[in-house]
Amino acid sequence: MSKKVTNSYKEKARTAENKKAAIGDDIDLSLYESSFAQEATYVDTKNISRKDKGQMLSAGVMLDDLSQRSGTFVQMDNRPIHSSIRQEGIEIMATSQAVAKYEWLKDYWWQAVAVDDDKYTAHVELHQSNGYFIRALPGAKTVYPVQACLYLNKIGSIQDVHNIIIAEEGSELHIITGCTTAFKKEPGLHLGVSEFYIKKDAKVTFTMIHSWTPQIGVRPRTGAIIEKNGLFLSNYVIMKPVKSLQLYPAAKCIGENATVRFNTVMVAPPNSKMDIGSRVFLDAIGARTEIVSRAITTGGNIIARGYIDGSKPDVKGHLECRGLIMGDSGTIHAIPELKGTLAGVDLSHEAAVGKIAEEEVEYLMARGLTRNEATAAIIRGFLKVDIVGLPPMLNTEMQKAIADSEKELF
Amino acid sequence: MDSEYLLEVSGLTTKIDNQEILHGVNLRIQPGETHVIFGPNGSGKTTLMMTIMGFPKYRVTKGSILFKGKDITHLPLDERARLGIGISMQRPPIIRGVKTRDMVSACLKKEGGSEIIEKLAEKANLIDFLDRDINHGFSGGEIKRSELLQLLAQAPEISLLDEPESGVDLENIALIGELINNLLQKIHPIRKRIHSGLIISHTGHILEYVNARTGYVMCNGRIVCEGDPHDILNTIKEKGYQECVSCLRR
Repeated sequence: MSKKVTNSYKEKARTAENKKAAIGDDIDLSLYESSFAQEATYVDTKNISRKDKGQMLSAGVMLDDLSQRSGTFVQMDNRPIHSSIRQEGIEIMATSQAVAKYEWLKDYWWQAVAVDDDKYTAHVELHQSNGYFIRALPGAKTVYPVQACLYLNKIGSIQDVHNIIIAEEGSELHIITGCTTAFKKEPGLHLGVSEFYIKKDAKVTFTMIHSWTPQIGVRPRTGAIIEKNGLFLSNYVIMKPVKSLQLYPAAKCIGENATVRFNTVMVAPPNSKMDIGSRVFLDAIGARTEIVSRAITTGGNIIARGYIDGSKPDVKGHLECRGLIMGDSGTIHAIPELKGTLAGVDLSHEAAVGKIAEEEVEYLMARGLTRNEATAAIIRGFLKVDIVGLPPMLNTEMQKAIADSEKELF
Repeated sequence: MDSEYLLEVSGLTTKIDNQEILHGVNLRIQPGETHVIFGPNGSGKTTLMMTIMGFPKYRVTKGSILFKGKDITHLPLDERARLGIGISMQRPPIIRGVKTRDMVSACLKKEGGSEIIEKLAEKANLIDFLDRDINHGFSGGEIKRSELLQLLAQAPEISLLDEPESGVDLENIALIGELINNLLQKIHPIRKRIHSGLIISHTGHILEYVNARTGYVMCNGRIVCEGDPHDILNTIKEKGYQECVSCLRR
């Protein structure tokens, strides 16, 4: 990418350096150590410590056996440390390498997310962030998912990430991203920009598992642009404590019959603050979306947002948000929003927040389950989101990640 | 078993919130027997069943419930289920995310897994419902069959069946009858049966498919008549429940 192009983004970023985000608590970036992106130094996954690999596994990233993955990328703090490909037609590299390799990347750079959106996007740009570049060439279809891990390892620091995902025409790409940290109690901040470009007839499933600890701040910024007949299926799971997390990805359907599905499963333990939502702009004839979220608080605070904007004929969108409050503290604030600007759009939502229905617990107890077993079965069912279009293997892995974390709930 | 009766209900008085619904109900069921309760809407039939099962909302203020000779009057719901009492509810709740298969699996006391579950589901014509959320979008008949499917897996010594035929079309009522006969081991001669049943029936249709030994009429929270179920049903058909209410007054 030419210097002229990058400079114009830096200039824009500088104007937003102190711009607070529209929603979510403001994080004082000066409390953390900022550093510039470091050059990729690739190692074999065998050379990654057992402890780190164990932690990465908790976020769904398997490094001991790569045979079930089409490719793998690992970034520790701001340095990419592993990148490998096992399937033709798929490209994986650090974004810094992709920028150097492909002049055309300027056509994608900061196109799905605005560089001056807030101080977090600005920080990512101004620190020449690395991250992953994943691309499926036209017609290429991943047999196994591509996995990526973003690992926060340096206490008190900011991890800046800028990911670009491109699914060329007719391709199919499945991605698992695990974001986690080596810390137990220490502070850290993860800033992650992800831009998805899903071309005509392409399909992307993106499953992101966050496994943080109580002093970590997290501000992901995600945008997706979906062309004609394209499909973007995004699954997000967070079931571990986090100090403050705010994300509100936006997907724009710009091609006829483009489809987006967002599934979110979140569990907020005490002292965790999560402000999580999904936005979809149905900006092309026949575009479709479904946003489903399941929220449980065991004492933490959750804001569960959803927004669908229908502005073209024959678009259809549904938003479903359900929340369970377990115990005596914690809040769930559901904010579902629909905006139609045309007659004939079909938008709907349903939202429910409450405790576990006693009637359901008793029904299971009448079959011989103890109260605890009945409660566990209901919660397990509550968190079971039926995901249409997710390959069975990925679905199994996602359900396993949920089941593993579930045990800590009871 | 310490008693010749599987279930003995004596002087049972039940309150919901602060309102007394049952006023001293008595009934006794021996192993292998099937009894039927008739009664108009609001007479206390469901309250009796829910009280025997042990749902906490139904508070016993007087009387006792003995099961296999053991006083279970104040035993928690789940412990009663594990002792051998099962219920088919009239309007069971929908539990999103909990599949019919999960429910049947929870009811199975022994290991055996999917093969037994599929076999039972086939019997209840519910194979296609195993991986659906329990009771979600089920028709009246499907709910009844699903309840019976769970009971077949649970195999309780006494089954409390609350209006198993209500909302079921004529085509399916025979299947419901067959499932109940299966559950209550009707294939065996009575002395060899262990499983008993207490059935609530508003219309009596179920008696065309399931034989019962004793019938009761319940009015205003009391059992006002006991006898041959077919005789009782014929009287009700001819004279209505009004006859039973006036009988109570005499």
